[in-house]
Amino acid sequence: MFMYEKKLQYPVRVTNKDVRMAKAVLNQYGGADGEASASMNYLTQRFSMPLNETKAILTDIGTEELGHMEMVATLFKKLLKGATRDELIAAGMGGYFANHETCPFLLDADGVPWEAKYTQAKGDPIADLYNDMAAEQKARATYENLILLTDDPLVKDTLRWLREREIIHFQRFGEGLRLVEEYSTNKRYY
Amino acid sequence: MVNYNRTSQRFNQQQEMLLEIQKLQFAALDTALYLDTHPNDPVALYRHKMYTDQLKQVKDAYEMQFGPMTIFSHEVGDNWRYINSPWPWEI
Repeated sequence: MFMYEKKLQYPVRVTNKDVRMAKAVLNQYGGADGEASASMNYLTQRFSMPLNETKAILTDIGTEELGHMEMVATLFKKLLKGATRDELIAAGMGGYFANHETCPFLLDADGVPWEAKYTQAKGDPIADLYNDMAAEQKARATYENLILLTDDPLVKDTLRWLREREIIHFQRFGEGLRLVEEYSTNKRYY
Repeated sequence: MVNYNRTSQRFNQQQEMLLEIQKLQFAALDTALYLDTHPNDPVALYRHKMYTDQLKQVKDAYEMQFGPMTIFSHEVGDNWRYINSPWPWEI
């Protein structure tokens, strides 16, 4: 069962509104390598994991990713706070505003809607864990790109923290993969 | 890997305690949903307090015996039992 705790995992602050940056960070909400994709991936794949260690790590990282969705959505809202009509239009967010006002929606930075095709659940733990390690690296690369797109030190701080989490998750998945590989060579699997 | 003895006394006791937690958590959840739209209702507030107090007691007892239910619970044992108690889709 899942439950909500009324706090962010890590503080999200911005120095100034920045509509252009809001549009860019939305990529980590509803983009292919965003937090929604990661969470749905892991929380789905855990059902076919053979080891308690990997069931646990997928459950707990998949849950943490839900908290990251909340952080990215909060960043989006804060970056848009106080934006004028002209600023929205100038940053290419006129169409977005017409559809969603300033509510975060599951889109990437180019407005492509999120889809289940961004996720994988092969049923094979080795295939899934390799997929997850790749997913974490793609998310790390995206955060690095986002860090390059802003000069705001507070926004950079939040993005750097999220980037670090991708690295930790990559390491934990790597350990999970090693455990599953040891387990399958011992012929206890298949 | 997973081989729970469904006939053991310990397993039965665990299932009984889980059912009790489910009942209390559901009661607390349902009163909370009501309170979300009626934040000043004294009867609902009283019931929510009662359910959450009982829930805490049963949960503490369960976690003491079977290990943490969440990763933010205290592990009183000398290993991380969180991963080894039955997963919901395996019971």
